[in-house]
Amino acid sequence: MDTISLIANIQGMTALGVCLVFGMGAFGTAIGFGLLGGKFLEGCARQPELAGMLAGRMFLMAAFVDAVAMIGIGLSMYFVFANPFVNALLTAAKAAGH
Amino acid sequence: MSDSQGLTIDQYIHHHLTYWTVGEGFWSLNVDTLLFSFGLGTLFLTTFILTARRATSGVPGKWQAFVELVVEGIHGQVKSVFNYDNPMMGPLAVTIFVWVWLMNFMDMLPVDALPLVAQHIGAAMGMDPEQVYLKVVPTNDLNMTFGMSLTVFLMTMYYSVAKGPFRYGKFLLTHPFPSHNIFAKIALAPFNLLMNLVETFAKPLSLSLRLFGNMFAGEILYVLIAVLPWWIQWPFSFGWTVFHLIVITVQSFVFMMLTIVYLNMAHEIHDVHAH
Repeated sequence: MDTISLIANIQGMTALGVCLVFGMGAFGTAIGFGLLGGKFLEGCARQPELAGMLAGRMFLMAAFVDAVAMIGIGLSMYFVFANPFVNALLTAAKAAGH
Repeated sequence: MSDSQGLTIDQYIHHHLTYWTVGEGFWSLNVDTLLFSFGLGTLFLTTFILTARRATSGVPGKWQAFVELVVEGIHGQVKSVFNYDNPMMGPLAVTIFVWVWLMNFMDMLPVDALPLVAQHIGAAMGMDPEQVYLKVVPTNDLNMTFGMSLTVFLMTMYYSVAKGPFRYGKFLLTHPFPSHNIFAKIALAPFNLLMNLVETFAKPLSLSLRLFGNMFAGEILYVLIAVLPWWIQWPFSFGWTVFHLIVITVQSFVFMMLTIVYLNMAHEIHDVHAH
């Protein structure tokens, strides 16, 4: 098959995949932060003297919430700029003599 | 920016994503990561040690007040999470927090500032300016974040195993599902072992990839903003910089807190009163 159309196919799929990773990560993170922030405000309303400690804990939990989303973003940015699938295709095409 | 250098947008972005690598294969070193991380660590240690040597119990000067602020703040945080007697935890926490914060802060410098200086130096030394690569944010590099998290992982393993390997083995087999019946214990042991193994490897992996993902995404966004026309850049870069300042602080704080939490969990294995 034509190498160019194969590369275009892979790049199109990669773009779709990256968009899904970003979107679903953002979805989960938004819901998570909303719940976290809500509980934090509730806790502050119940016991205002604990606001400092609760804020620190909230930031700690926030890191857990967006950890996997950030890992997904990092890896998908890597796919956008140095797509290993395209590189594998180019190596195979060169080996086959195209 | 892209036109004046004669580069296409794609080449510009790729140029900013390439490390200054020396060596081949397994022994390829990212010299820019090493330089900046060592340099910032030296800066941090020199500042803090000099301030500590000149500390007075009278009215503190500005530097002493600042260092005391940082050390006491971190002391409070560590004390709230770590329940055992280990004099290394405090300094470890201060080191991780301040060093990671300084390394993350390098992302605040303009994208082209230091790389352009490096290109001029390289051109003066006879190299092709297009081949001079410099990435100024050490925590952007998987090597850096994995180096830190693997060190933390080795410390966790040391504290888990050194005080009693058999108790650690028993811990692996009886948590998180303990039981009193001998048959239930044997039945649950494989599940406990599997879950503990997954958790043991997930902790350093997530620790490093969290920091890497945040900093890498931040830098990519800065490079993409730099590609925009100059008359539209400022709103985007201002907004992203404000958000990124928060991200820098939160990520370094979280790296420190999670290190202390994992080490506390390692110490808890050998505490007969905690179970």
